[in-house]
Amino acid sequence: MVSFLRFLINGISLGSVYAIIALGYTMVYGIAKMLNFAHGDVIMVGAYIAFCAMQYLGLPPLVAVLAAMVFCTVLGMVIEGLAYRPLRQATKLAVLITAIGVSYLLQNTALLIWSSNPKVFPSVFNIGTIRLFDGNLVISSETILTIVANIVIMIALTLFTGRTKMGKAMRAVSEDRGAAELMGINVNRTISLTFAIGSALAAIAGVLLCSAYPTLQPTTGSMPGIKAFTAAVFGGIGSIPGAMIGGLLLGIIEILGKAYISTELGDALVFAVLIVVLLFKPAGLLGKPMREKV
Amino acid sequence: MSETRAKSLLKVDDIHVYYGSIHAIKGISFEVNEGEIVTLIGANGAGKSTTLNTVSGLLRPRSGLISFEGKSIVGIGASKVVGLGMALCPEGRRVFQQMTVRENLEMGGFSRPGEEIPQSLENVFTRFPRLKEREKQVAGTLSGGEQQMLAMGRALMSKPKLLMLDEPSMGLAPILVEQIFDIIKELHASGTTILLVEQNAQMALSVADRAYVLGTGKITISGPAEAVLADDRVRAAYLGG
Repeated sequence: MVSFLRFLINGISLGSVYAIIALGYTMVYGIAKMLNFAHGDVIMVGAYIAFCAMQYLGLPPLVAVLAAMVFCTVLGMVIEGLAYRPLRQATKLAVLITAIGVSYLLQNTALLIWSSNPKVFPSVFNIGTIRLFDGNLVISSETILTIVANIVIMIALTLFTGRTKMGKAMRAVSEDRGAAELMGINVNRTISLTFAIGSALAAIAGVLLCSAYPTLQPTTGSMPGIKAFTAAVFGGIGSIPGAMIGGLLLGIIEILGKAYISTELGDALVFAVLIVVLLFKPAGLLGKPMREKV
Repeated sequence: MSETRAKSLLKVDDIHVYYGSIHAIKGISFEVNEGEIVTLIGANGAGKSTTLNTVSGLLRPRSGLISFEGKSIVGIGASKVVGLGMALCPEGRRVFQQMTVRENLEMGGFSRPGEEIPQSLENVFTRFPRLKEREKQVAGTLSGGEQQMLAMGRALMSKPKLLMLDEPSMGLAPILVEQIFDIIKELHASGTTILLVEQNAQMALSVADRAYVLGTGKITISGPAEAVLADDRVRAAYLGG
């Protein structure tokens, strides 16, 4: 029972990281109508920046996280402006291939700068642990922080898209770009803002991920990126609560699957569940079925 | 009306618009003066919506001039055009289906300072009490007529000097069509200049001051609405008689 609880909490923690990454995918998909496959690599860049800030500049963890967020925000906007904006009228396939290209570019740049030797990410938020059930259940502060961060981000984003003028403009652009433009909404600026938010979240996710799994190398972002993309599809791509639920479920399934079924098949199980869900709900758990425009 | 040497608000001069290699608009010129209702009528595919989309900045003409209050607006983009005082209520209404009625209206006022929004909302709700009743409802759940009112209310939120309406009667029951045209007359009476695109030529000509008839990318007939209404070619082609 206690071990099940431990797995569950680990699953929620990993799922929280997936959820934060999935938000970036889902927001960009919802608003720019593209799959930004370079998103996973922005996580990796964020983690490296935080690593360098702490290891080489000796900055405190919180400042390092902020530096990573600022760097990734700018990086996200630059990627969007240079690589994706010129392709606004191009076919989806061209944009997708460009995104994959950007992904390789980021990985190989990281390889040049930081080499392929894994860096050991310092224990950032080690401020003690919680022990329950006579010390049989140990919850680390990283785990708690990850879950709390996820909840805070989710509430903040919900308030932002529901209450603020720019947040509502984002929803308008995601529904009908042309109509949004007729309202006076600057579509390019809105898309740029979406990339900024998504990339800042990716930086946070990168630090949280590397706090839990402290091996940092240029490919660190790939697998979590793909899983988070799966989570976004699972929950219904384009939906913010969908990313949250998809991420959490995916994390829990992965950890429980590895614990109780097979360590090797844990990842396969994740994708098998995705396939089953998509068979019955093609738009994902919370996704709205596509409506044809009249 | 136009005889009193009204000020020209919108001037379109020999615009050519292409969709890829298709030459959709082949040199159209027209003018809308302050206080008028001007209508563009014509068959399906004649280029009416393309013309409005070009004027509003969604499409860019390959050549030709478009000026609003004497200033060129070619190439500035739709999001800036609305701030100058021109709003398009697009074909098919295109309300934000997943946003509430109120949020849709707020988006309509996006280009205006926040403190003016409550007053504008009040004005729209006075004109369309039905929207007030459905303020918190998601726009996708409204009926076609209500969505048309929302689309018009949303366009009015930007306080346009020129309101462009693209097929406001499309897909509506006759009684609703009457209502929409009553609203158009009211808006006109309260001083809004209107550029109206319609397939329902009879209705459009009955409210308009002047009319332009479009046939495959070119203006074929133009003049005062009564004259166009009486024109044999128009009667034969668009009025079923």
